[in-house]
Amino acid sequence: MQPLTNRSKAVLQKEMTFAEKLYLPAIINGMIITFKHMFKKAATIQYPEQQREFSPIYRGQHVLKRDDEGAERCTACGLCAVSCPAEAITMKAAERKEGEEKLYREEKYAANYEINMLRCIFCGLCEDACPKEAIFLTDRLVPTEFERNDFVFGKDKLVEKVDDRVDVTRRQTQNVIDFKQNKKYSHNK
Amino acid sequence: MENYYIFKIILVVALFVVSLVVAMYSTFAERKISALMQDRVGPNRAGPFGLLQPLADGIKMFMKEEIIPNVSNKTLFILGPCLAMTTALMAGVLIPWGGKIEIWGETFNLQVADLNIGVLYIFGVTSLGVYGIMIGGWASNNKYSLMGAIRASAQMISYEIAMGLAIIALIMSTGTMSLGEIAAQQDAGLANIVYQPLGFLIFLICAFAELNRAPFDMPESESELIGGYHTEYSSMKLGLFLFAEYINMFISSAVIVTFYFGGYNFPFQNEINEALGLSTNMATALGTIVMFGKIFFFIFFFMWIRWTLPRFRYDQLMRLGWKSLIPLAILNILITGVVMWMNGKLN
Repeated sequence: MQPLTNRSKAVLQKEMTFAEKLYLPAIINGMIITFKHMFKKAATIQYPEQQREFSPIYRGQHVLKRDDEGAERCTACGLCAVSCPAEAITMKAAERKEGEEKLYREEKYAANYEINMLRCIFCGLCEDACPKEAIFLTDRLVPTEFERNDFVFGKDKLVEKVDDRVDVTRRQTQNVIDFKQNKKYSHNK
Repeated sequence: MENYYIFKIILVVALFVVSLVVAMYSTFAERKISALMQDRVGPNRAGPFGLLQPLADGIKMFMKEEIIPNVSNKTLFILGPCLAMTTALMAGVLIPWGGKIEIWGETFNLQVADLNIGVLYIFGVTSLGVYGIMIGGWASNNKYSLMGAIRASAQMISYEIAMGLAIIALIMSTGTMSLGEIAAQQDAGLANIVYQPLGFLIFLICAFAELNRAPFDMPESESELIGGYHTEYSSMKLGLFLFAEYINMFISSAVIVTFYFGGYNFPFQNEINEALGLSTNMATALGTIVMFGKIFFFIFFFMWIRWTLPRFRYDQLMRLGWKSLIPLAILNILITGVVMWMNGKLN
């Protein structure tokens, strides 16, 4: 088998030399190593005060986006639910009534939209599947709860607030926008 | 004579307090050093730089629920940690902490008791320390505790012999068993480490074993014995066991320094004291500071080893004790005897 690195050493079942039997040189070597580590920079950080930056492709809690006028983009097509490998997403569609044009962008909308955060594996397939650029995974962490049922997030927690938009520019790059608006691709036809 | 007793009582109380404070901050140092060696930060929340951490730990220990198992032998269960703590504190009285001190127009030695059988006393008291562990482990009525206690006593027996033999060589070369005398002898000449390097090495290794510290921490190995002899202990009784270990570490560092590293003496001390024009008391204070420096180095050394080496296996421990250290110690006695005979020091 090809070794991955050149650092591996073959194990030799030979008699130990006198120096090796003494252990003392090995112990001193070990002590030098630990002593050197005392002056290295700590690998840990002071967590609540300092926080490490998330990777640009970090996949955290979902958001259901609104469009620029504040209408929900989701049309309850169900592609996210179908694509979800963990079957975490459920929804109920409803028809938009007269006078609700400000609330929902198209004639059909999700009356009910639930993601079970305990089932969700944060793979991001729902985001890939969505033809309306409605669902995105953000860099927010899912908060902890005491009850299992509290992890089923409904529209109250998922849909972004009109006056408190969630920034998804890191997820929704130009490539993503181009892809989603290109009608040539199968799920956008 | 009255002054003598007052001075000794003050010294004993001071020693008691110093032992406790050093042990307290050893726990802090242990955590900090382990953190640094593992590229972590360590405790830094309680107070500036986390300096109040030992206090917080102490309060935590007192606040915890006190559990005495129903099936345990209650008297012995309580006696165990008391014994461990008492014996840990007893050995310190023999250490010469400094030279002479002039106070109330009299001159005293900065040492609580200078027994002429000091070395024997130290051995007697430190060996008693294992009784705390044995009794605690036995009285817990728990398999893990019993295993820990058995290991502790077996380890004690194996390493006490080598330690004693290493000390015999030292007694041969110094010609005295009084600790005050041993420290004073290293005043002008070289420290005993120069004459007894092998003896020092054996003594140091045995000290690790006697202290039940890594790599010989088999009696309390967390990973196999869930804490060994103190598995069933909680609250301050556990605290006493852990605390006793740190006091023991302090005392045995002091013993090592006194035996092999000149105690309160340091190189060119007479010249330095004369050059600085120090009075007797100031010179003694300087010596004491130097001694504490040496002691803290050895405490650091104990921790350094702990965070470097993995634990020995039980059979390896026994093999090292009986098959390597004891023959080596006997060889050391022989060499010492031959060298002394060649130098005409045997009369």
